[in-house]
Amino acid sequence: MSEKEEPLLEVKDLETFIPTSKGEIKPVNGVSFSINKGEIVALVGESGSGKSVSSLSIMGLNASAIQYSKDSSIAFKGKDLLKLKEKEMRKIRGNEVAMIFQDPMFSLNPVHPIGRQIAESIVLHKKVKYKEALVTALDLLNKVGIPDAKRRLNDYPHQLSGGMRQRVMIAMALACDPQLIIADEPTTALDVTIQAQILNLLRKLQQESGIAILLITHDLGVVAETADRVLVMYCGKIVEEGTVEDIFENPLHPYTRGLLASVPALYGPSKEKLDTIPGVVPNPLELPKGCNFVTRCSYATEKCSQNAPTLLEHPAGNMVACWNALEEEGGIGHYETAASSIT
Amino acid sequence: MFLKYLARRLLYVIPMLFITTLIVFSFILLIPGDPVLALLGENATPEKIAQVRRDLGLDQPIITQYFDWLKNALQGDLGRSIFTGQYVHDAVFGRLAVTFQLVFVAMIISVVGGMFFAITSIYFPNSWMDYVARFFGTMGSAIPNFWLAMLLVLFFSLKLGWVPATGFTSINDNPIDFFKGILLPAISLGAVGTAQITRHLRSSLMEVMSADYVRTAYSKGVKRWRAIFNHGLQNAMLPVVTTIGILFGNLLGATVVIETVFAIPGMGQLAVNSILQRDFTMLQGVVLVMIVMVIIINFITDIMYAILDPRIEY
Amino acid sequence: MSIGTVFKRLMAERLAFFSFIFLMVLVIISIIAPFIVPYDPIEQDLMKVMASPSAQHWLGTDELGRDIFSRLLMGTKSAIQAGLFAILIPLCIGVPMGILSGYLGGVVDDIFMRIVDGIIAIPAILLALGITGALGISLWNAMIAIGIVFTPQFARLARGQTLQIRSEPYVEAAKISGAGAGWIMLKHIIPNIAPPIVVQASFNLSFAILVEASLSFLGMGAQSPQISWGNMIQQAYSMINMNAWMIVYPGLAIILTVLAGNFLGDGLRLALDPKYRKT
Repeated sequence: MSEKEEPLLEVKDLETFIPTSKGEIKPVNGVSFSINKGEIVALVGESGSGKSVSSLSIMGLNASAIQYSKDSSIAFKGKDLLKLKEKEMRKIRGNEVAMIFQDPMFSLNPVHPIGRQIAESIVLHKKVKYKEALVTALDLLNKVGIPDAKRRLNDYPHQLSGGMRQRVMIAMALACDPQLIIADEPTTALDVTIQAQILNLLRKLQQESGIAILLITHDLGVVAETADRVLVMYCGKIVEEGTVEDIFENPLHPYTRGLLASVPALYGPSKEKLDTIPGVVPNPLELPKGCNFVTRCSYATEKCSQNAPTLLEHPAGNMVACWNALEEEGGIGHYETAASSIT
Repeated sequence: MFLKYLARRLLYVIPMLFITTLIVFSFILLIPGDPVLALLGENATPEKIAQVRRDLGLDQPIITQYFDWLKNALQGDLGRSIFTGQYVHDAVFGRLAVTFQLVFVAMIISVVGGMFFAITSIYFPNSWMDYVARFFGTMGSAIPNFWLAMLLVLFFSLKLGWVPATGFTSINDNPIDFFKGILLPAISLGAVGTAQITRHLRSSLMEVMSADYVRTAYSKGVKRWRAIFNHGLQNAMLPVVTTIGILFGNLLGATVVIETVFAIPGMGQLAVNSILQRDFTMLQGVVLVMIVMVIIINFITDIMYAILDPRIEY
Repeated sequence: MSIGTVFKRLMAERLAFFSFIFLMVLVIISIIAPFIVPYDPIEQDLMKVMASPSAQHWLGTDELGRDIFSRLLMGTKSAIQAGLFAILIPLCIGVPMGILSGYLGGVVDDIFMRIVDGIIAIPAILLALGITGALGISLWNAMIAIGIVFTPQFARLARGQTLQIRSEPYVEAAKISGAGAGWIMLKHIIPNIAPPIVVQASFNLSFAILVEASLSFLGMGAQSPQISWGNMIQQAYSMINMNAWMIVYPGLAIILTVLAGNFLGDGLRLALDPKYRKT
């Protein structure tokens, strides 16, 4: 991490709300993070944690029902994306920030050949003719490892396998040499064997062209293989942030620990039985008063149910939002013993 | 591959034609009592009755009658009018062009109008345009076409005098008169179609515009217009193609009413006159030709669908 | 799903419920019209031709001095009758045909369905016209023709549903435990095909009213002195230059009734949906 350089993307106090008849829902509730050039940052959480809304906020593609609070800002290369006009935002979408979606089966237009779909991006942003754009599209297909790309150019999405379709999505995202790619669960819909190929491809592209990637996922296995830095989200807030080593070797937040415990072992000996986090994600309309995790946390104290912890730096290097982890004298030691009971 | 698909669809058309001709032919069986007597009236002389019976082949068994009729029909001979003695195929084919022009213009109005309403309604949600489109989509198919025709005539012909109230000029004779004359009939005929296509395409577009691939298009920096036209429309049109195919048949049928209101000498008017004159060979001819047109259009619709949707396996 | 539940849901769909009430009122009017009309609808009063709307004649009188409002009420009968024929004939012929076809399959199914395809290829108005023409021009025959026109649709619908339900596990189970074909049809197939048929019936009602009006307009349905909204419009057309309102009233009557049928159909579709959610 290069501390001095201005980050490529800086999300500050992002807060979204949906007014409903039963009250306000806040899918994202005060999230701040940054992504540096050429970095892969993973945003991890269960469905409903607000990770997708966060990523779509960057693209300006949230449903119109979702509103932003005044203080929210998303600075991309110094420009606040939330204040841009739709026309200016369109120049950034697909050009400087591109997105890869979860299910390539539904994310590609079924009635257009894939070459045309890639070329469309190029024609939209670069001053080139459609024919030239098709040539670039062919290069991109080669780059993302589609065999026999020239013949595939005129294929329709349904003629490709799931993995190939996701490669096409990646080629489409790469079309205009973006500085940032947001990959929203890029491997969830794919077979396990294909997942690794796609992740390797992303990693390779990031190493070759220095693209920053925001990887949205619920799968910590994906994170371990790919990311530099990890953000863990729960109920619209970031609860822990750290390098991939810190998070995997020394998770501080009980939720992170729970997530790690529920992953089939990637490191170390395999366990006989996977652990699950007890309880369910609280109803967004009835969030607890204090820490959002209090209903599912076995270490919750009176303080946890009264005051919400903020994300603060822990001596171990991670940023964490948990009273127990932050306040206990020699917190880590205490915590490790406590955690050993759940892992 | 495509040719093979065409051939397969064609194979489906043949039994269809066979059955519909059988149905058309059996109209004559529906006539209660002795059809010849029904045709000629009570006062016909026995000689006349015998002669007509022989002319129509009614002295033959019914199956023989059908195959004779079919054989002649296939050769383009639909018999002679009982009423005027005119060759049915002459009368029908003379009027085919008229009806075809009318239905064609009405189809254009339906498709263009329907697409216009549906797209503007989606582009400007909850605007007055949207409400107009939704209102029209609901009302349009409840309005009797002949009633609409009369109101249009009352206003545009009788009050304003812009267009003639009745009559027809072929496009080959005088294009300007053709458009003046065809305008009201085609609008009256096409209103239902416009409403149906508006309603159907609107709901289909609405569904498509929230599809993942449209979000992908937005993520590429596509404008809303482009998202609708380039990504939404072709997908949304797929189910509507079927509607358009069915619509053609409905409009063709509705010419019987509209051609009567506007005194247009087409097949619809011929059908009505044949019934009033109890001219059954003529009626059979008209209905047969109309059904063949419907079957051909359905065939074309299938092909269109296959062209529009690359996922259809040939 | 009990009829009570469906009715409750329908009440919640306001437009559909009002449409239902409206149609019920029309049905009642169609029966009692002869007793409630303010004037004899065919009685001419040449002293009062083309009268404007007044307290005596709410909608005025026509060119023969007949009370338009009374005629409008009497015209309800042929509209509702057409609707009933378009539901009852298909129900008695089309549905059994469809169930049989779907249940038996094989050659019977092939033949039935080819006939259905063939009839559906014929534009509805044309078919109704052809049948009326062959049977002889009269309102009664027009009604029969309308009934026949809607029959293949019901057959296709019933067949589709039967095919689907026939292969459901619980029907297979009933068969294995020795239930006869009649029992299965009565206990499983008919209850399941009823909802889509009810919805379709509502739309048929609408379309049949339009077809009846068209036929009567062409002179193939109601024959004077019989009254139908269609032939009221046809008679009014000759007076178009003198009193355009005479066209407007029966036209509005048709439009409202057709809309009511359509709204009721939409509402029923929602109310009969097992995954019902209030709109």
